[in-house]
Amino acid sequence: MVGISSTVNKIVGKYQDDRDMLIQILLDIQSGLGWLPKEVLTEIGKQLGVPLNRVYQVATYYKAFSLAPRGRHLVRICMGTACQVRGSPLIRDRVQQLLDIEPGETSPDMKFSLETVNCLGCCAKGPVITVDDAYYGPLGVSDVENVLEKYG
Amino acid sequence: MARINSFAELEKLRQEIKGRRDPNKTCITLCSGTACYASASESVNEALERELDRQGLKEEIGLRRTGCHGFCEQGPLVVIYPEETCYTKVKPEDAAEIVQGVKEKKVIERLLYSDPVTGEKIVHESEIPFYKNQHRLVFGPNRWIDPKSIEDYLYIDGYSALAKALSQMTPDQVLEEIKKANLRGRGGGGFPAGKKWEETKNAPGEPKYVVVNCDEGDPGAYMDRSLMEGNPHSVIEGLIIGAYAIGSHKGFVYVRQEYPLAVENLNLALKQAEEYGLLGGNILGSGFDFSIKVHRGAGAFVSGESSALMIAMEGKAGEPRMKYIHMSQRGYKEKPSCLNNVETWATVPFIINKGSDWFNSIGTEGSKGTKIFSLVGKVNNTGLVEVPMGMTLRQIIYDIGGGIPKGRKFKGVQTGGPSGGIIPEQYLDTPIDFDELTKIGSMMGSGGMIVMDEDTCMVDMARYFVDFCCEESCGKCIPCREGLRVLSGILTHICEGEGKEEELQTLERVAEVMKDASLCALGATAANPVLTTLKYFRDEYEAHIKDKRCPAKVCKNLINYYIDPEKCGACMICLRNCPTGAVQGGKNLVHWIEQDKCIKCGICYQVCPERFSAVEKLSGEPVPAPVPGREVVRKKE
Repeated sequence: MVGISSTVNKIVGKYQDDRDMLIQILLDIQSGLGWLPKEVLTEIGKQLGVPLNRVYQVATYYKAFSLAPRGRHLVRICMGTACQVRGSPLIRDRVQQLLDIEPGETSPDMKFSLETVNCLGCCAKGPVITVDDAYYGPLGVSDVENVLEKYG
Repeated sequence: MARINSFAELEKLRQEIKGRRDPNKTCITLCSGTACYASASESVNEALERELDRQGLKEEIGLRRTGCHGFCEQGPLVVIYPEETCYTKVKPEDAAEIVQGVKEKKVIERLLYSDPVTGEKIVHESEIPFYKNQHRLVFGPNRWIDPKSIEDYLYIDGYSALAKALSQMTPDQVLEEIKKANLRGRGGGGFPAGKKWEETKNAPGEPKYVVVNCDEGDPGAYMDRSLMEGNPHSVIEGLIIGAYAIGSHKGFVYVRQEYPLAVENLNLALKQAEEYGLLGGNILGSGFDFSIKVHRGAGAFVSGESSALMIAMEGKAGEPRMKYIHMSQRGYKEKPSCLNNVETWATVPFIINKGSDWFNSIGTEGSKGTKIFSLVGKVNNTGLVEVPMGMTLRQIIYDIGGGIPKGRKFKGVQTGGPSGGIIPEQYLDTPIDFDELTKIGSMMGSGGMIVMDEDTCMVDMARYFVDFCCEESCGKCIPCREGLRVLSGILTHICEGEGKEEELQTLERVAEVMKDASLCALGATAANPVLTTLKYFRDEYEAHIKDKRCPAKVCKNLINYYIDPEKCGACMICLRNCPTGAVQGGKNLVHWIEQDKCIKCGICYQVCPERFSAVEKLSGEPVPAPVPGREVVRKKE
């Protein structure tokens, strides 16, 4: 990849090369690229003077980070308690069945990535899922197919 | 904006802002919290803007996007001031009529909230039962101000508590006031905030830090997010006052990156506060210096625990440590650090302005003031509610929440997030405060309140919480890491109908060990949902184990879907929607389910028209044999 060094340099520079800002740096890269490629992690470690194993420890500890590329659309299913009591497990099963992937996976055609999240904080709309930036809820199991078709 | 250099200048500016604004000017406010955003408040806003422009009323009528009003179930909400006319579930296509109505001072009947019990249309926001029984103090200003405008906050006397503290009180007096107010931390355990402040203040070591915990991880709770999104300046003001009392010059806000709007509004508020001289060096000419840095959390529930949070702020994996030394002694960078959650900090300015006696006049003996709860789940009026401590669960769920939807029966209410417990009907009249909730085996937590009805399986719920903690456990200590795995295994077993009676004792034994031996509160309290459900809903566990029956008809392995041939209208809807082709029958032929093909996705149950309601869930009883080819008997209308 061309320009990794300068991309990383720019973001690391924004945080004054401060090692304490490792998580913030990774968050910025994650939101820019959508995932954290190995080369980038290596470069961050080099520029910050942080051992690569610590960079990996942080990158694998927190849920916001992905070490694999994500699909074009990110489907997130809220599994918060409020959605749970309103039937989110059935919604999750249906999404899994339709996309044929498990939470944390990306479809082979790179169209969808699937994630479950603890709470999206719009409990009044539960059960709710988001596709990219759009919210859908309250959903019934039979509505799931229509929602996903919009992105198909 | 020029920096404000003195208290007098701040007052002058405030009077200027007040002078510029006409309190009787008509203003349309639109709730723009995350929940309303999810219901398309963005496009409602655009439509309203367009309409005001089109009807040439931009100057005459104000339009303001506020933070969350709390009544999320009815969002997007529009409230028109000064009359306080409240419209619910507003759509972009309603904009023209709303603007027209405002112009002609007419109320649009069809957009009003109608009382589900009496059917009566309610015009004013404060008369809606959901709001009427609340005491909106900390959460109150959310509905009046645009969180992106510091002038709005100054208009409602924002930063006057800060000015009062810095100009008229010594740090010790501020501390004394908070101690006298008996303010307890709103984030979980209810530790007295004044005591924490004092410990930090008196701890040896410099510099000292103050930290806002906005890593609200409890599933089903979003009070802190709504405060941070809707009124970030109140949190900042509280934090500066705390820093002044403690003698800290550096503060942090730890906020989940999953809350993008909160991060955005917070950063903007910080920038404004700096510009106005409310942050930085020599605040308001008082000689007190203080600055705030934002740290976004990257998504780990356990990192909301105080010691883990401090480690996360150093850019490391946020795992808790033993806490025989408090954070107030050695926290961030091993220095004395005072951590309180968003709601706690946001309460501080009220106490400074109105005094500890006033604060003590609200609430119960041991818990003073108000508390914001997120009232969600199987309840009619979902949303955020703020009530004085001591209100009963029944009042909250029925008077404010409007009871259980569809006439179903109440079964339990879960408080305290994954660390809390599920409270049964017999305790509905318990007054809610920190101590009473602990007494009945649950806890206050950060204020999540999830209502469950008869269709919620308690064993499945216990498994849900255990699995949540299992996923979120950092894995550092064995009781939590392995204990949760054992609990999850047994509960899954029971849900699948494979449970054995003696396993219930194992559940209790493991739970006890976890309570005694876990490193942090996550592990120590993770078994609470199991223990409370075992205590209050043991019969459900036994039904799963002995009768292979799930009374709430939730656990997939223990239920079957069945179409009642007497009720089936052969309408073909479920047959067409079934994803596996398990529904058999045809036109004019009664439908039936081929059980081997059924994956129990629940679609047939959902799509069956209400006039037939033919699809049923059976548990613990054999499925009656189908009669293929049976013709439907159409009743004459």
